[in-house]
Amino acid sequence: MKFLDEYRDADLVHGYCERLKRLVTRRWTLMEICGGQTHSLLRFGIDRLILPEIELVHGPGCPVCVTPLEQIEKALAIASRPEVIFCSFGDMLRVPGQTGDLFSVKAAGGDVRILYSPLDALKIARDNPDREVVFFAVGFETTAPAHALAVLRASREGLQNFSLLVSHVLVPPAMEAILRSPDCRVQGFLAAGHVCTVMGWREYKPIARRYRVPIVVTGFEPVDLMQGIYLCVRQLEEGRYEVENQYRRAVRPEGNTEAQRRIEEVFEVVPRKWRGIGSIPSSGLALREAYANFDAERRFSLQDQIWEEPEECRSGEVLQGKMKPADCPAFASRCTPEHPLGATMVSSEGACAAYYRYRRENPAHEIT
Amino acid sequence: MKSREPFALACPVPLSQYERVVLAHGGGGRLMHQLIEGMFRPAFATAEPALQHDGAILDPVGRRVAFTTDSYVVQPLFFPGGDIGRLAVLGTVNDLAMCGARPRWLSCSLILEEGFPMADLWTIVQSMAETVREVDVRLVTGDTKVVNRGKGDGVFINTAGVGILEHDLVIGPQSLRPGDACLLSGDLGRHGVAVLNAREDLGLQTDLQSDLASLVPPVLRLLEAGLEIHCLRDLTRGGLAAALVELASSSGLEISIQEAAVPVREEVRSACELLGLDPLLMANEGRFVAFLPPSQAARALEILRAEEVGRDAVLVGKVGAEKNGTVVVESPLGGRRIVDLPAGEQLPRIC
Repeated sequence: MKFLDEYRDADLVHGYCERLKRLVTRRWTLMEICGGQTHSLLRFGIDRLILPEIELVHGPGCPVCVTPLEQIEKALAIASRPEVIFCSFGDMLRVPGQTGDLFSVKAAGGDVRILYSPLDALKIARDNPDREVVFFAVGFETTAPAHALAVLRASREGLQNFSLLVSHVLVPPAMEAILRSPDCRVQGFLAAGHVCTVMGWREYKPIARRYRVPIVVTGFEPVDLMQGIYLCVRQLEEGRYEVENQYRRAVRPEGNTEAQRRIEEVFEVVPRKWRGIGSIPSSGLALREAYANFDAERRFSLQDQIWEEPEECRSGEVLQGKMKPADCPAFASRCTPEHPLGATMVSSEGACAAYYRYRRENPAHEIT
Repeated sequence: MKSREPFALACPVPLSQYERVVLAHGGGGRLMHQLIEGMFRPAFATAEPALQHDGAILDPVGRRVAFTTDSYVVQPLFFPGGDIGRLAVLGTVNDLAMCGARPRWLSCSLILEEGFPMADLWTIVQSMAETVREVDVRLVTGDTKVVNRGKGDGVFINTAGVGILEHDLVIGPQSLRPGDACLLSGDLGRHGVAVLNAREDLGLQTDLQSDLASLVPPVLRLLEAGLEIHCLRDLTRGGLAAALVELASSSGLEISIQEAAVPVREEVRSACELLGLDPLLMANEGRFVAFLPPSQAARALEILRAEEVGRDAVLVGKVGAEKNGTVVVESPLGGRRIVDLPAGEQLPRIC
C-alpha cells in the first residue's frame, strides 16, 4: 500500500538498528507520547529490536485513557436520559466509569450510537428534532478541529438539539507536567505526529529549551519510529536539545492553520483533570461563552461530582512513564480487558491494552 | 442491489395480497399454511415429503454423520456479495465441510418481524433456494414464527445441517500435530469490511464484495485426493485470529504464522488502517484454514488453487512443538507477538 509499505520496510528498520548500535554509548530513556505509537512499537516488536540501552517508556497520549472519571460519569448520566441520543467514538464505550460503562447504559435501554465523525451527529440531530443529540467530544488536538467544525455548522444551521460533552486535552502541558515531576526519568520525547499535523511543532521549542530535552516529531510506522528514536538518541549523544521533525511528509512547522483557526474560534484553553494524573493547568479545551448553548454540561445542568479511582489501578503511573503495565500487580490478573480497573486496559491506544494484547507470556489459560 | 436483481425479474412475489408480513403468518393458521405452500415449498422445490411432516427422516446408511446449527442475524440483510439467505445456507454448509463432511440435509427456521416487506422475504427465500441447489443439499424441514413489530430485526434465520463423512479421518483440533502445515484458502477480511461499509454507511468508495462462498468443493477435493487432513476451520466472526486462538487453545499447541504471508487486499488493508481495525480479526464467510503434514502441503495448495474459492491459497504458518496453546505472529521485521481475541467486537478508534 502506498505511503505505508515503504514505512514497514524491514531492511530500513534493521539499518536504523545498526546505526543506533554504532551511536549509543550509554543508557537513555525516551518517551513516545502517543498511544498509537506505543501500539505500533509493541505490535512490530520494535522495543525488542533496538538495543537494551534504550528504554522506551509510554506516554499519556491516549485520549480515552486520560478522560477523567467525572466526564465518564457525566456521559453515563446523559446517555441514560430517555430523550437523548448519545453519540461517541467506539473507543469510549468500554471505558469503565465508577458506575458502569456506555455499553451497559446501551444494554439498559439508552440510545448510545457509535459514530465515525462528529459531523454524522449533526445529521442525526437534523433527522430527530424531538430528541437531544449529544456527541462525546474526546481527544487531543487531533479531533478538536472536527468538533469545532460540528459546532460551527450547528450554529450556522440554528440546530437547537445538538450539543457536545467536551473532554479535550492538549499535549504540550502534559509533557511539561511530566518533566516537572521530581522522579521524571524521561530524557527525550517522540512527539505525536498526528497532533503536530494540526498544531505544527513550534510550540515544542520552548519546552525543548526550558527542560533541555530533545523532541522529535515522529510518525507511527516502524520506519518512522526507528528514525525518530535514532534522531532523538543522536541529539542526546551529541548533547543537543532541539525540536526535529521526522514526520515531514505530514507535518509543517506551522501545522494546519485553518484547523487551528476553527479550534481557536470555538474553544478556549482551560485547566483540565487528566485521569490518573490529576489537574494540569491550561491543559484542556472548553467551549467559548459564545457557543455555551452547545455545551451538554450546561444543557443538562450536571453537577460536578468528584469520583475516586480504584486504588488498585496504577494507570496514572503508567501514563506518566513511571511504570510499565506488566509491572502492575493487577495486570492480566485482576485487571483485564473484560474487567478493567482503568481505561488504559480497554482503549485501543492504551498502554496496558497494548501489553495485554502483545506481551502476555501465557495467555492461553484465560481463553475458555 | 446487485444480488437481488436476478430473482426480482424472473419471479414475482407470491402471496401478493400481503405486502408485509403480518403476525398471522406465524400463527399456525391458514395464512401460515399459505406462506409455506405459496412461497417456501415452491422455492425449495420438488415434493419434499418431510416438509409436510413434523420432522425429516434421514437415512445416512451406517456412515459417520456431522451435525451443526447456526443462527444468522446479519445487518444489513442484503450486503455487497450476498444476503442473509445465502449466508444462512453457506454458513451451515461450510461448518459441515469443516467437519470433513459432505453436506446433505438442512433445516431452516425463520423468525420474521411483523411488517417485514413480503418482497424482501421472497428475495431472501429465493436466494436460499438457489444456494441450496448450488451446493447440492436438500432443505428438508423448517419452521416459521412471526414476532411483534419492534421485537425482531426484520429476519432472523436459523439453519441446522447434517452431513456424511465419506472417510475415516478424525478431523479436528485433537488431531493437530507439531510440524503440521497451516494453509489459508485466500485473502482476509472482505466480508467484514463490505458489511461494515454497508451497515455504517462509511462511504468508502469501493466495490468490495463479501467473500461469501461455499467451502464444500475445496474440502471435498482435498479429501478425494487422499490427503491426511488433521484439522479444518472456517474463518467467520473474529477472523483468522479467533480461529487459530481456538485451535491453539483446545490443542494446547503453539501455532505460528508469518504476517507477511497472509493475503489481504489493498482495499481491506486501507479500510482497516483507516479505522484502526486488524485484518486478522475481520470477519470472513468464504475462507478456511487447513492443517496437514508438511510433506503434503504443496499438493494441497495445488488442489486448493485449482478451485475458484481457493485461488489465492497460501502456506501461512505451522504448528510448533511448544505446548503453550498460544498463537504467535512473526512480523516481517523479525518481531514476534502473541495473538489474542479482543474482549468484544473490534471498536473503531478515535484518532
